[in-house]
Amino acid sequence: MTALSISHLWKEYGDQIVLEDVSIDIGPRSFVALVGPSGCGKTTFLRLLLGQETPSRGRILIDGQPLPPEPGPDRGVVYQRYSVFPHLTVLGNVMLGPEMRASRFLGRRFGAARRALADEARAMLAEVGLAGSEQKYPAQLSGGMQQRLALAQALMMRPRVLLLDEPFGALDPGIRADIHALMRRLWNEVPMTVVMVTHDLREAFTLASRVVVFERPRDRPEERDRYGARLSRDIVIWPPRLAGRTTPYDTDRMPGRDDPTPDAAAAGTTRQAEGRTHASSPQP
Amino acid sequence: MRAINIRPGRGTALVLGLLPFAALAVAYLAGSALRLAENPSDKLLPALTTLAASIDLLAFTPDRRTGDYLLWADTAASLTRLAWGLGIAASLALVLGLLAGVLPVMRALLAPFVAFVSMVPPLALLPILFIVMGLGETSKIALIVIGITPILIRDLMLTATALPREMIVKAETLSASSWLIALRVVLPQVMPRLIDSLRLQIGPAFLFLIAAEAISSDAGLGYRIFLVRRYLAMEVIFPYVAWITLLAVLLDLALSSLRRRMFPWAEVGR
Ligand SMILES: Nc1ncnc2c1ncn2[C@@H]1O[C@H](COP(=O)(O)OP(=O)(O)OP(=O)(O)O)[C@@H](O)[C@H]1O
Ligand SMILES: [Mg+2]
Repeated sequence: MTALSISHLWKEYGDQIVLEDVSIDIGPRSFVALVGPSGCGKTTFLRLLLGQETPSRGRILIDGQPLPPEPGPDRGVVYQRYSVFPHLTVLGNVMLGPEMRASRFLGRRFGAARRALADEARAMLAEVGLAGSEQKYPAQLSGGMQQRLALAQALMMRPRVLLLDEPFGALDPGIRADIHALMRRLWNEVPMTVVMVTHDLREAFTLASRVVVFERPRDRPEERDRYGARLSRDIVIWPPRLAGRTTPYDTDRMPGRDDPTPDAAAAGTTRQAEGRTHASSPQP
Repeated sequence: MRAINIRPGRGTALVLGLLPFAALAVAYLAGSALRLAENPSDKLLPALTTLAASIDLLAFTPDRRTGDYLLWADTAASLTRLAWGLGIAASLALVLGLLAGVLPVMRALLAPFVAFVSMVPPLALLPILFIVMGLGETSKIALIVIGITPILIRDLMLTATALPREMIVKAETLSASSWLIALRVVLPQVMPRLIDSLRLQIGPAFLFLIAAEAISSDAGLGYRIFLVRRYLAMEVIFPYVAWITLLAVLLDLALSSLRRRMFPWAEVGR
């Protein structure tokens, strides 16, 4: 059983070959980090998984079924920018997905249904450490808080696959460590497969269960258009990281810091969240 | 210190802002005094007292023939036409601009046509409008609508298509249909821009209104100005021009504050 099965995938833009014969099977609940030099087609690959672009050749299966030709709620996404809606409050952003899913004409819920949804949204916000900012607009949040919000917004849809394109690239190292702890916890608790593009090798190796490297085998300027990037390395982290289980090597603490409280507090405490997660995980 | 780094304080800025107005007033008064000294019956730059008497007659004395207060009757007639024109133009622009901004097929259908139509000089259409729609209110409102709608549509279309692609894709991953994307993602984000471009179109809207009123009407600010032009009645024309300008400024301020109140999020990011 694979969550995502990609076979002989090519992507060309006009004459330019971007991806060349990429094949990879991604198991359910794995956390794949995608690294590679700038311009090698990582974002393009993610867009293909999202359904935002169609492959020139090859095919993508999701849970054994062909990928729908357009983005849908089974695949969530967080970009480096533009992931949240500037015209909605933090709470409105998190409620938007479920509201639109339930109300196909107005895209809004009212009365008791709305209150229930708002409670669920508040719980999700608390889980990503945004409690207290519900009524702010995204422009009033820091970069790190905006990315937490984007994560919360995507997770409300309970996607099978979460796609992240350099989601933490613009954050400073301290904030990034906090949000890494959050990301790891979410991956452990929410039944989803994660594919994350990153430029930061350390981030790739601290978070992922598998690190995949894209590279152009031929990268001389005159060859660049005619040869795309291939999958050049595929590293499974040892000892294996499995979602829902921690290895003795995993730690949410930053090396060199002995006081874990600020991180844990910022990421929301695991203990509090546990009851909720069990209660609300519908998928097996 | 470089000139680009010298910033006026609040008081200085106020004084500087008032300076051109004061200069204009002084220039008028001096010119008026000079001309009247030379020829007491000069009509071009009437004295302040003449202006005041004329304003009193226009705004606060009922007209002998109709019993109306001319200024207010003209204002009501003109503002009604303007409101219809702006309202119809804004609604049309919202629907068509949103359609073309959200759906590529509608964009392919509408964009070239709207671009073409926006180049038709509306005033050249005025005779046709009068012939087809008669000399009543319809043709005047139609001129305003024809004059400003294409630009509003194009502006909204550009604003809608300029929204980051990522945002639309994000909405798709949140299970939005095309309709819901238009309703909950694009519409709220283009509304502030619609109000702003409406503000920019107030000037042209008045232009078309006055042009239409000048040719055929029995009330209205433009009608009055062109009526008294024959008698060189500057003491009527000047107050009317000032009044029209003031109305436009007030309308602009009202729309701006409407935008601030309805879309507080648009201010946060500024
Ligand atoms: N819509 C498009 N049309 C044409 N060419 C494109 C398009 N999108 C991407 N490309 C090309 O595909 C190549 C890969 O782009 P992509 O954005 O996937 O790189 P990336 O690996 O994400 O880079 P970075 O690490 O800098 O984000 C680039 O050479 C780019 O010019
Ligand atoms: Mg990229």
